[in-house]
Amino acid sequence: MSAPTVLVTGASGMLGGAVATALRDRGATVRAFQRRPAGIDGVQDVTGSLTESEDVRRAVHGADAVIHLAAKVSISGPEHEYRAINIEGTRHVVDALRAQGGGALVNVSSPSVAHLGRAIVGADATAADPSKARGPYARTKAAAELLAMGADGTDGLRVTSIRPHVVWGPGDTQLVGRIVDRARRGRLPLLDDGMALIDTTYVTNAAEAILAGLDRIEDVHGESFVVSNGEPRTVRDVFAGWCEAAGVPAPTLRVPGSAARFAGRVIERIWEKRPGHDEPPMTEFLAEQMSTAHWFDQRRTRERLHWTPGVSMDEGNALLAAWYREHPIH
Amino acid sequence: MSSELPDIPDLPGVDPRLHRTLEVRDHTGEPRRWHLLDSGPLLAERGITPRGTLLAVHGNPTYSFLFRSLVREDIPWRLIAVDQLEMGYSERTGLKRRYQDRITDLSLLTDALSLRGPVVTVGHDWGGLISAGWALDNRHDLAGMILTNTGVHQKLEEALPKALQLATAPWFRTPSTSVTDAFLRTTLSLSKPSLPREVQDAYLAPYRGRARRRGIDQFVADIPAGAEHPSRATLERVAGGITELGVPTLLAWGPRDITFSDRFLRDLIQRVPHADVHRFEGASHLVWEDADVAGLVADWLETTFGTAEQPRTAAPEWRPVSAYAEQAPERHIGAPIAELANDPRHAHRAAVVELDGEDGESREISWSLLNRRVDDIAAGLLAHGVKPGDRVSLLITPGADLTGVLYACFRIGAVAVVADAGLGLPGLTRATIGSHPDWFIGIERALVGARALGWPGRRLSVQQLPTVDRAALGVETSIAELARSGAMMRELGAPLNAPWPEPDADAAILFTSGSTGPAKGAVLTHRQLGAMFTAVGDTLDLAPERGLVAGFATFALLGPALGAPTVVPDMDIMRPGDLTAPALAAAIAALGSPAVFTAPAALRNIIDTADQLDEDGRAAMAQAASFFSAGAPIPAHLLRELRTLMPSARALTPYGMTECLAVAAIDLDGIDAAGEGSGVCVGRPVPRVDIAIAVMDELGTTAGEITHDTDVIGEILVRAPHVRDRYLMLWGTTHTAMRFTGWHATGDVGHLDQDGRLWVEGRAAHVLATASGLLTPVQVEEAAESVPTVRRAGAAVVGPRGTQQVVVILETEDGYRPGKPGRPRPAEPSLQEAVRRAVRDRSGAEVVAVFTTSALPTDIRHNSKIDRAALSRWSAQTLAGERAEAL
Repeated sequence: MSAPTVLVTGASGMLGGAVATALRDRGATVRAFQRRPAGIDGVQDVTGSLTESEDVRRAVHGADAVIHLAAKVSISGPEHEYRAINIEGTRHVVDALRAQGGGALVNVSSPSVAHLGRAIVGADATAADPSKARGPYARTKAAAELLAMGADGTDGLRVTSIRPHVVWGPGDTQLVGRIVDRARRGRLPLLDDGMALIDTTYVTNAAEAILAGLDRIEDVHGESFVVSNGEPRTVRDVFAGWCEAAGVPAPTLRVPGSAARFAGRVIERIWEKRPGHDEPPMTEFLAEQMSTAHWFDQRRTRERLHWTPGVSMDEGNALLAAWYREHPIH
Repeated sequence: MSSELPDIPDLPGVDPRLHRTLEVRDHTGEPRRWHLLDSGPLLAERGITPRGTLLAVHGNPTYSFLFRSLVREDIPWRLIAVDQLEMGYSERTGLKRRYQDRITDLSLLTDALSLRGPVVTVGHDWGGLISAGWALDNRHDLAGMILTNTGVHQKLEEALPKALQLATAPWFRTPSTSVTDAFLRTTLSLSKPSLPREVQDAYLAPYRGRARRRGIDQFVADIPAGAEHPSRATLERVAGGITELGVPTLLAWGPRDITFSDRFLRDLIQRVPHADVHRFEGASHLVWEDADVAGLVADWLETTFGTAEQPRTAAPEWRPVSAYAEQAPERHIGAPIAELANDPRHAHRAAVVELDGEDGESREISWSLLNRRVDDIAAGLLAHGVKPGDRVSLLITPGADLTGVLYACFRIGAVAVVADAGLGLPGLTRATIGSHPDWFIGIERALVGARALGWPGRRLSVQQLPTVDRAALGVETSIAELARSGAMMRELGAPLNAPWPEPDADAAILFTSGSTGPAKGAVLTHRQLGAMFTAVGDTLDLAPERGLVAGFATFALLGPALGAPTVVPDMDIMRPGDLTAPALAAAIAALGSPAVFTAPAALRNIIDTADQLDEDGRAAMAQAASFFSAGAPIPAHLLRELRTLMPSARALTPYGMTECLAVAAIDLDGIDAAGEGSGVCVGRPVPRVDIAIAVMDELGTTAGEITHDTDVIGEILVRAPHVRDRYLMLWGTTHTAMRFTGWHATGDVGHLDQDGRLWVEGRAAHVLATASGLLTPVQVEEAAESVPTVRRAGAAVVGPRGTQQVVVILETEDGYRPGKPGRPRPAEPSLQEAVRRAVRDRSGAEVVAVFTTSALPTDIRHNSKIDRAALSRWSAQTLAGERAEAL
C-alpha cells in the first residue's frame, strides 16, 4: 500500500505547520494549501484561496484525507470576511472531497463553537450552536462545524471535528507573542486577578490529537472532541509561565473583568469602523475568555482518540524558554 | 364571565407534553376548563407502569408549576398537578369558591379523569387543606399523603401570624393581591438564595393583569380565620378527619415561613403522629423551590410503597442500627447515683466538683446530695406539669445545676434537648426552634435570648429570679423553687414514685456541630444513651475510684452515669481551648489519679502554659492515669509533648461522632506501632462496635457493596448498641445515613488495615474524584504538609465528579495568624511548585492551584476540623472567575 496523500489547509500557521511536519515525518505524502507557500521541507505547496472553489478543488484532487485548519482566526473584524473564509471555505473543502468520491476530513474547530458565555467547568464537548456562540469567529466556526459534520456519512465522507483549546508553543506570534510583548511593556491586564482556571494545549499535543482523529476516523467519525493538555491552570499562572520562559516580568496590572468586558465592547466597535494595523487591545470575547473558567472533561477525548498529551505544561514551558533563548526579544 | 385563557408559554423545567386542558362540570354544574400537568402519557411512552398517582394541589398564589420537579426518572408515579379554578391557567369564572366547593370541584375533576387508586395526595399551602379534604372524601383510592408548609390548625385566629392576619383584612386584601401583585412577589421573594429570574417569571406568567389575579384575592378571602367564617365547618371536619386516616404521611417543611411556621408543623405532627417528617433548615415557604423536596419524595415513595413490580402499602418495620448490634448491659441512666448514695463508702464523697480560681472557692456535691437533688428536681418537675416524653431544651452552663436537671429529666422520662453553645447564637436558635421543645430551662442570659428570639417552650429559670425579671422573661418558676417544693413533698411523705422510663423511649436529642450545614439533632433512646455511657466508661476505664477531669464541659455530664466523680477545672467553659496547665493540674490534684479529658484545641495551650506550673502542679500532673481528647484526631507529636507532662498517663485518642460517640480508640504506643499510612490511624473498635467499609466507585459513590477487607477505601460504616436512633425531623437524612441496613453511614472515608485498625481519611463528601482516580483529602493534605514551610494544608476540589481538579489551600509557618480565616492568595511560584511536586510524588494527583491564607476555616466546636466544604466553595467560585464569598 502506497503512502496516503493528505492535504493540510492552513499549514503556514503554527498548528498547521506542526501537523504537516508530523505527517511528513510519519511518511505521508503531504500537501499544504494556503495563500502563500508554507515552505516546509518535504511538503508540497499548493497556493490558492479558500474562497475560490476551483483553487480548493485543485488542492484536494487526489488526496485521501484533508486536515482542514485554515480559518480567519482573528478576534475582530467585519463578519462577512469570517463567513467567506470559515463557512464558505469549509463548504468548498467538503464539496471538493464529495466531487472526488469521498475521503476523510478532520475539521479543526474551536471549543468556542459551543461556548455559551458562561464559565466552563469540566464539561465535555457539546453540540456546536451558531445562535449561541459569541463573536463572529465562534459563530462562523460553529456554522462551519455543523456543515462539515452534516456531511459525515454521505457520499463516502468520514468527518470528525477536533477542537483544541488555546494552542500555544514556540514561535507562536498570535497568542504567546502578544502576551509576552504586552507584559514586557507593562500593558497586560490580569482580569479579576487572573484567578479563572483555563485549559491550554501545547502545540505538538494538539497536532498529535488531530492526527489521532485521522487515524481513528473509522471509529470516531461523526463525533467532535475538545482537546487540551488536561492540566488547567489559573490565567495568571499560564501568563506567568510564558513570561518567565520569555524572560520578561509576569503581569501585575489588575483590571476587574466586568470593566474589561465593557471596554472591550466599545473598542471592538471602534475597531470595526477604523481598522488599524494591529488587533484591538481587548475585545469582549477575549475579556470573557480570560476572566471566566474554561476547562474541559478530557476523558472521552482520550479514550476515543487513543491519545494522551505527550508534553506537559512544565515541559512545554521549558521548550518555549529554549526557543526564546534562541530568539531573544529585542 | 369566562375569559379567554392566555397561551401557555414555555416554562423552565416543564416538558410541553405535560400540559393538558379539559372541561369538567364544577359543583354548580357548569362546565369549566382546567389546566393540569399530567405525566401519564410520558410514562406510557417510556414503557413505565406507574406505581400510582400523585395528585398535587397548589396553594396561593402559585399553580401547578410548583410541582414540576416531581416528574423525574426515579419517581415512577403519574403526576397530576392541577391549576385550581380561578388560578394558574385554569378558567376564571368570577365565582366565589368556598373551601368545600374547591374540594368538590377537585373530586369532580378526578372523577372525570377516572382516577383510581392508589393515590398519594400532595398539598402545599392552602392546597394542603384542599388535598386533605379530597383525601377524606376519596378514602377508597387513598394510599398516602404528602403535605408541605400547610396547616389545619383549628385555632387559626390565634395562630395566624401578623402577616396573614393583615392579608385577610378586607381593606388590605384587595389592594395587595389584586390591584398590585405584591402578594405574589412577596411570596417569591422569600427564597434564599433568590429564585432564578426565569422561575420568578414563570410564577408570575398566569397572573399578568388584574382580572387574572382575582382568584388570589378570593382565595385569601376564604382563609377561615374567625369562628363564624362560612368555611369554618369544613376546616373543622378536615382537621379532625385527618387524625383518623392512618395512611403513610410525609410532612416536608421549609421553616423560614412567616405563615406556616413550625407551630403548624407541630400541630400536624400531633394529629398524625406516625408521619415521617423532614424539615429543610433554611428553606422558606416555597420549600419546593428552595430544597430538593422531589428527591425526598422519590426516596419516601419507594421506601413506603415499593415499585410497581414489588408494591407494598407501608414501609418495612423500623429497626434502628442499635438493634442489630451486640447489646450493652442494661441499666437505667443515672442508676449509679442512687447506688453510690446508698453506699456508705461513697455517699459522702464528691460526685461533682467545680473549681473556681478567682475566689479560690470550689463547689462540691456529694453522691448523697446529688441523689437527693436529682429526686427533688424530678418531683418538682412532675408536679409542675412536665410529663414523660416532653421535650426539655436545656441551656445551662455545664456544672452541678445542669447535672441535676439532666439526670432529673432522665429519671422521669422527659427528653433532654442539648445543643452545644459552640454552635453560636444562630445555630442555637435554629436547634432550639427546630426541636419543638415543650419546655425551656436556661440560665438568665439564655432566657433573655429565648425571649428576644421567640424560642418556643414554657420557660423555667435555673436560679430563682426577682418577680419583675420573671415576668419580663415570661418565666414560670425556677429549678431552685421546684427542687425546694420537690424536697418538701418528699419530706411530707410523698416520695418520687414515677416509674423509670421504657428503654426504647427517647432520652435525649443531641445537636451535632457538623462541619457543614446546619446542626442535626441526633435522637437517642434510653437504651442507646445508656450503651453510649457504658462504651465511654469502658474505653476510658472510669469507676468510682477513678474520677474524671472534664476539660471539655459536656463530658462533666458523663461522670454520674458511670459513677465516676467529676471535676470541672477553673476555665471559661465556652472556650475549652483556653484551658491552662495550672488549672488542669489543680483539677487533677482534686482527684488523685484521674482520667483527664480535654478539647483538642486545648492541647496546644496546655503545653504552652506548662512553664507556669509550680512544683506541686508538676507533681499533680504526673499523677494523671490516662489522658484523652476527642473531636478530631490528635497529631502524635502533640501527644508526645503531653506525655512529658503526664509520664504515667495512657494517652488515648478516641474516634467517634455525636451519632456514635465511641467507635474506636488508640493510644500513643498504638500510634507508634501503626506508623505511617494513608490518613490518621484511629485504632481498633471499642467493645461491641463493628466497623465496615462501603466500597466506592471511581466517582466516589457507594453502590451498596460492604466489605471488611483491608486497604479498601470507602465510607466508614459503624454498628453499635449506642448508635443514635434517628435524626430529629430529618427523615431523608436518617434514611440516607441508614441506607445500609443495620449500619450507620458516618460520612467519613477511610480504610481498615491488616491488623483491624481503622484509618480515617476525611469526609466521604470530600473525596476527590479526579480523571486519574479517587483520592481522599487526607492523602493530598499529608503530602502538602510534607513541604517544610507548610504548617497545615486543606484540600479542595473544583469541577464535576470524575474530572475534578485538586486545589490546595495552606497555612504557612511564617504566614499563620490565629483567628478568622483570611482571604486566600496565590502561593509564591516556588511554594506552589514544591507542593505540586510533593502531592504528585506521594499521591499521584495533579494540583491545579495552590493558595495561602492566614488561617484555614475550622468548625466552631472543635477548632480543629478543617472546613473543606468551605474551601471547595471558595475555590469553585474563585477559579470560575467569579467573586468568592469570604471563607
